[in-house]
Amino acid sequence: MTATHAALPGAGGATLPAPGGAPRPHPPLGRRGRRGTTWARRWEPRFYLIPAVVVLGGLLAYPLYQLVVVSLYDYRQANVSGSAPLRFIGLQNYARLLGDDAFWTVLGNTVVFAGACVVATLAVGGALALLATRLRPWSRTTLFLASLGAWATPAMTGSAVWLFLFDPTLGFVNQTLTAVGLEGFAGHSWTYDKWSAFALVGAEIVWCSFPFVMVTVYAGIIGVPTEIQEAARLDGASTWRIAVSIVAPILRPVLAIVTIQSIIWDFKVFTQIYVMTGGGGIAGQNLVLNVYSYQQAFAASQYGLGSAVGVITTLLLMVVTLAYLRALRRQGEEL
Amino acid sequence: MSAPVVARRRRPRVGADVVAVLVAGLVAFPLYWMLLSALKPTTELMSGDALPYTLHPTLDAFTRVLSVENVGRYLLNSVLVAAVAVPGAMFCAFFAAVALTRYRFRLRTTLLVTVLVAQMVPVEALTIPLFFLFRSFGMVVPELGLNHLGSLVLVHICFSTPFAIWMLRGFVAAVPEEVEEAARLDGASGLRFVRSILFPLVAPGLVAVSIFGFISTWNDFLYPRTFIISAQENQTLPLAILNFFKPDQNDWGAIMAGSVIMTLPVLVFFVFVQRHLVSGLAGAVKG
Repeated sequence: MTATHAALPGAGGATLPAPGGAPRPHPPLGRRGRRGTTWARRWEPRFYLIPAVVVLGGLLAYPLYQLVVVSLYDYRQANVSGSAPLRFIGLQNYARLLGDDAFWTVLGNTVVFAGACVVATLAVGGALALLATRLRPWSRTTLFLASLGAWATPAMTGSAVWLFLFDPTLGFVNQTLTAVGLEGFAGHSWTYDKWSAFALVGAEIVWCSFPFVMVTVYAGIIGVPTEIQEAARLDGASTWRIAVSIVAPILRPVLAIVTIQSIIWDFKVFTQIYVMTGGGGIAGQNLVLNVYSYQQAFAASQYGLGSAVGVITTLLLMVVTLAYLRALRRQGEEL
Repeated sequence: MSAPVVARRRRPRVGADVVAVLVAGLVAFPLYWMLLSALKPTTELMSGDALPYTLHPTLDAFTRVLSVENVGRYLLNSVLVAAVAVPGAMFCAFFAAVALTRYRFRLRTTLLVTVLVAQMVPVEALTIPLFFLFRSFGMVVPELGLNHLGSLVLVHICFSTPFAIWMLRGFVAAVPEEVEEAARLDGASGLRFVRSILFPLVAPGLVAVSIFGFISTWNDFLYPRTFIISAQENQTLPLAILNFFKPDQNDWGAIMAGSVIMTLPVLVFFVFVQRHLVSGLAGAVKG
């Protein structure tokens, strides 16, 4: 079983260099009777940790705490400028959100949109990973290089070029559709309708996130030991049977990780929505949680309310993260 | 080594190769379109027939964005932020990784889990508290406050560190214990060993990991958008591109030229680190 795990990505897989594997801590030298170094061995790690602890404590842990605190206050522009005293309102921001249809719509948008992106990303990435195992090296390299390009494209520039491709009048897509006789697409706006806008943003997201799934799943398939499959074949198992009973279970941890990782990314998408729908779409129809939180705080100056949205987003993501940690554990990542 | 049975190709299939090449073309098309549109003369771009080629490639859009639109300045800002933030994050992460992999002490496992969780914190949700934090910083040291690049440097040191620690563990642990024992026997102190022996040995790993830090810093749009409110001269590349979006008429030539300038370095770096991309967590840099 150890051998199997070693071949999987994340645990020092075939595509990784040796140092990618799970490290083992070294036993302290002090225990071997070299007393002169014992004091140093005890204090050195603490010194080494100082910079990271300061930075992460100050700019990650403390703001996280502050996020919760601000969400308990009625915090608006007047309070920021100091012309009105701060008022502690407990959970009222949350109560207001939960009683607000707009919030539930945004939450629904986020879940449906992220869910659709995850499913599409996994389907495309998985299918192409399977395809890649059946390719000759030159065509596989072509496919991987193109995917690497999409993967590397920053969210900002990816959004910009997709928006241009789907521009109502000057975009390549509408021009082509009109040219082949679909006159209805002349000047057609892809971002006017709510779900059409979501679909366009989703397409861009799938475009730049499927390569991660493809490459990871491909490495996973390649890492499945040949011997086990040959043995099953000798025992008379069909290819389908081998795929379902041997390859799929071995791949399960890899699939769990790419699924959860995709959920985490797609759930907290900001740039694509913000850029492609102009800050959340017409009348806020394309708002997702993160953009909603941003707009509440920095456009409407409702910092307390925006923070409450941030807390809810963080809590929802933490649940997914815990599932992620369990999946990592199962894959044999050693802490 | 023979290919896995499930993945085995009994005879070469031309069909699969054709599909793969078609998909590759489709995937690469937006990038091709970006470059093409940046090279098209404005008249062709605005003519309304989107030809998939141009007979008159020109660098006009690039010279325009670099001279008139001051994109050079934004490019410099982006480079500056990355050039300070990435080494800063590597400094924090390298020493933390050394402590967490080469020593055993209480809370070690707890700290590792914390690092992993820290990496998962949705930094998008922290804009509001960080906005106020840097507003306060700015009252003490203006260079580290809102509207200054210092604020972006600090948040990116912080955001890049957890993932870098996680990645560096493997590289640091790969240096054999015997090397350390030999150094200690020769009288090297802990810090001396880390600095003179461990650091050079881990340097290739540091380069790979710092590229991930560079990419996430370079690509960030949310924090410059939030922190750089009024100081035009301190904006970074993503904001410059956003500025070309106009309510009435988008300047697509400028948007595409800016996009090419912003995408190119990431593309080059991606080729360097592609070997490391599969390490499961590595994808974390893409937001």
